Amino acid sequence: MTINPDLQGRSYPAAEVYDVGREKIREFARAVKATHPAHFDVDAAKALGHGDLVAPPTFAIIVAQRADAQLIEDPDSGIDFSRVVHADQRFVHHRPIVAGDRLVAELHVDGVRAMGGGAMITTRSEIFAVAVAPGTGAREAVATTTSSILVRGEGQ
Amino acid sequence: MNPTLSELTVGQDLGSRSIEVTRTDLVKYAGASGDFNPIHWNDAFANGVGLPGVIAHGMFTMGAAVQLVTDWAGDPAAVVDFQTRFSKPVPVADTTGTPDAGAVIEVSGTVGALDADAGTARVDLTVVAGGQKVLMKAQAVVRLG
Repeated sequence: MTINPDLQGRSYPAAEVYDVGREKIREFARAVKATHPAHFDVDAAKALGHGDLVAPPTFAIIVAQRADAQLIEDPDSGIDFSRVVHADQRFVHHRPIVAGDRLVAELHVDGVRAMGGGAMITTRSEIFAVAVAPGTGAREAVATTTSSILVRGEGQ
Repeated sequence: MNPTLSELTVGQDLGSRSIEVTRTDLVKYAGASGDFNPIHWNDAFANGVGLPGVIAHGMFTMGAAVQLVTDWAGDPAAVVDFQTRFSKPVPVADTTGTPDAGAVIEVSGTVGALDADAGTARVDLTVVAGGQKVLMKAQAVVRLG
């Protein structure tokens, strides 16, 4: 199976909403060994001017990797997940992610480059917050994440 | 006392820390992040794809390394941009049932650049495990008062 070169330029529209919960922020913070009170204590987060618990800087990976899954699981992509290696990652935060946010991600395939028998694929997730009540407001840009994955070819 | 941009200098040392990692930590990260790739919890599967054994999620290492920056900045939301390349895997030995770590990740930070107009400082992280740099170009841009 080879990587479909036509993936470049493809987009996957925002799918299901990800609801950011306080306990998920606490769980993720513990999992990356974060101890800052703003991840755990609502009063500490509010004292810093935030509306609720603040997510750690890499929390958006949860939403980004759900978006990436649309591409990886697309039978047309030719990607074998067991041969995927994460090559690089970037998070640009337009505003902090806080508990109570309802997030959606739009996935863009920005690059596909053949490497040996495999390929380097660069994706970008544009993450937006949508209004708590559906259909009542515009969405707000929250973060842009970019990720490169190396799909190793046979024998690599 | 949170850092102030005008009091920083390029090259300034922001300290270091050691992060001990066990297989349990990888299971916790898998659950918290939703990344259940078996290379992070099953040796036989990891061997089958050419790895020496279970390795840490790159995103675990990236996420744990940035805590040096968040704690220094005083507000996790001050980190407005954070990027890295994953240069080497971090093998985590199975020390289940013992008090020992399966790997130790050493993180240190310096001020890499200052941008007075944007009100930001770039922190460059050095992240080493088993004597090898496991992250390259690990840079966090921090908005400071």
